Amino acid sequence: MASLPALPRKYHAASIWLLYAVGLVPAAYGFYLGATGMLPGNPVKEFEHLLGLWALRFLVATLAITPLRDLFGINWIRYRRALGLLAFWYVLMHFLTYMVLDQYLNFAAILTDIAKRPFITIGMAAFVMLIPLALTSNNWSIRRLGPGWVKLHRLVYVIAAAGALHFAMAVKVVALEQMIYLALVALLIAWRPIRPRFNRWKRGNNGRPQFNRA
Amino acid sequence: AEALKASPSQYKVDEKLTPEKDVTTYNNFYEFGLGKGDPAANSEKFKPTPWTIKVDGLVGKPKEFGLEELLAMPLEDRVYRMRCVEAWSMVIPWVGFPLAALLDQVEPLGDAKYVAFETIVRPEEMPGQGGYFQSLPWPYVEGLRLDEARHPLTILSVGVYGKTLPNQNGAPIRLVVPWKYGFKGIKSIVKITLTDKQPPSTWNLAAANEYGFYANVNPEVDHPRWSQASENRIGEGGFFGANRRPTLPFNGYAEEVASLYAGMDLRANF
Repeated sequence: MASLPALPRKYHAASIWLLYAVGLVPAAYGFYLGATGMLPGNPVKEFEHLLGLWALRFLVATLAITPLRDLFGINWIRYRRALGLLAFWYVLMHFLTYMVLDQYLNFAAILTDIAKRPFITIGMAAFVMLIPLALTSNNWSIRRLGPGWVKLHRLVYVIAAAGALHFAMAVKVVALEQMIYLALVALLIAWRPIRPRFNRWKRGNNGRPQFNRA
Repeated sequence: AEALKASPSQYKVDEKLTPEKDVTTYNNFYEFGLGKGDPAANSEKFKPTPWTIKVDGLVGKPKEFGLEELLAMPLEDRVYRMRCVEAWSMVIPWVGFPLAALLDQVEPLGDAKYVAFETIVRPEEMPGQGGYFQSLPWPYVEGLRLDEARHPLTILSVGVYGKTLPNQNGAPIRLVVPWKYGFKGIKSIVKITLTDKQPPSTWNLAAANEYGFYANVNPEVDHPRWSQASENRIGEGGFFGANRRPTLPFNGYAEEVASLYAGMDLRANF
């Protein structure tokens, strides 16, 4: 299978930091536009929506790393932690924007929203589930938790599904955009039960030795 | 847009006007797309002239009104609050005339209890009405009780900010009912029918638990998706300023209209 020219190992760390920097550009640019009065109409909502949308995009990108490797032989596993953490930072900023700029820290209104509006309940649940994943996205936790780490991080499937659902339920009419995110997340999750069989089949076809059999 | 001549009116909210730029670029008009900027961006092909409104049903004198006739009605400047069901609001200087003035000309019959409205269907000029993904069934329809329709606050608007309506605001003629959520203000009207039964309304058909027939602005009754207790005033405060304000019963028009609903359970009839 054709594959991209490999990035020399000495640039790996730098490329990950670059991803963090580039990944935060939409938030920084959106904040700059909002703070300088260049977002039209309802600037707080525009910014809030931008952050939520990018959170969902980074979740989708995180889930896409494994199928990219399985299907196209592109190994970007080194970027997965950064993508997942970017998703977390965007969800955190999304929530803070809602709490501070939109609701002016009116905690009564915020708690009522979380308790009474299903799409906010679901979004909030996804945010809460992301916290342990973000806290354990480091080498020390992986060593410390052992097999438990993999189990814990399977929560990302629930989180991504909740995120896509939150987006679809937040709008008055579910349009193509929401359906695309729902479909992407569904496909990426559906790939997981298929992939052991697919990889066995691929190895059999290539007649390659079966290293790293799980 | 052409300039319109209108006389002053007693109905003038004493609040800062929402900038014309926001009034004409922040719109919900799904016939042109779902985004707030879509109506302004996608409506340049729409032709608001020539235009007629057919008024029929339970009336003594059914009639088709040409746009020239409608523009010749006694136009007034009205400054109204506009409260969207999505919890944002504006203050808009409309130009229009009371709907009652038009209804008088067709002489509603005694058994007429409701007024039904219909928006034009022109997929070739309204991109939201074409394509594979249709957000709503067309035509967009709305309705009022006859006494609501005859209330002096209820107007047919033909202009905003002293000029004829831009396409994205519902050209050439739209309904404005300031004590109800904005989606009641049906745009680009081609048909008005007097009936004895409560007429269907598009958002109620789409989600009856979220949008009622009455849709009176009511801070006490939340939409399942968002609180109606407060609202964001568009074009004010910007990013950090305090532009969230409490929502008023009947959008601040309780004194004029609350009596229309005396004895009614406004939670059940939302």
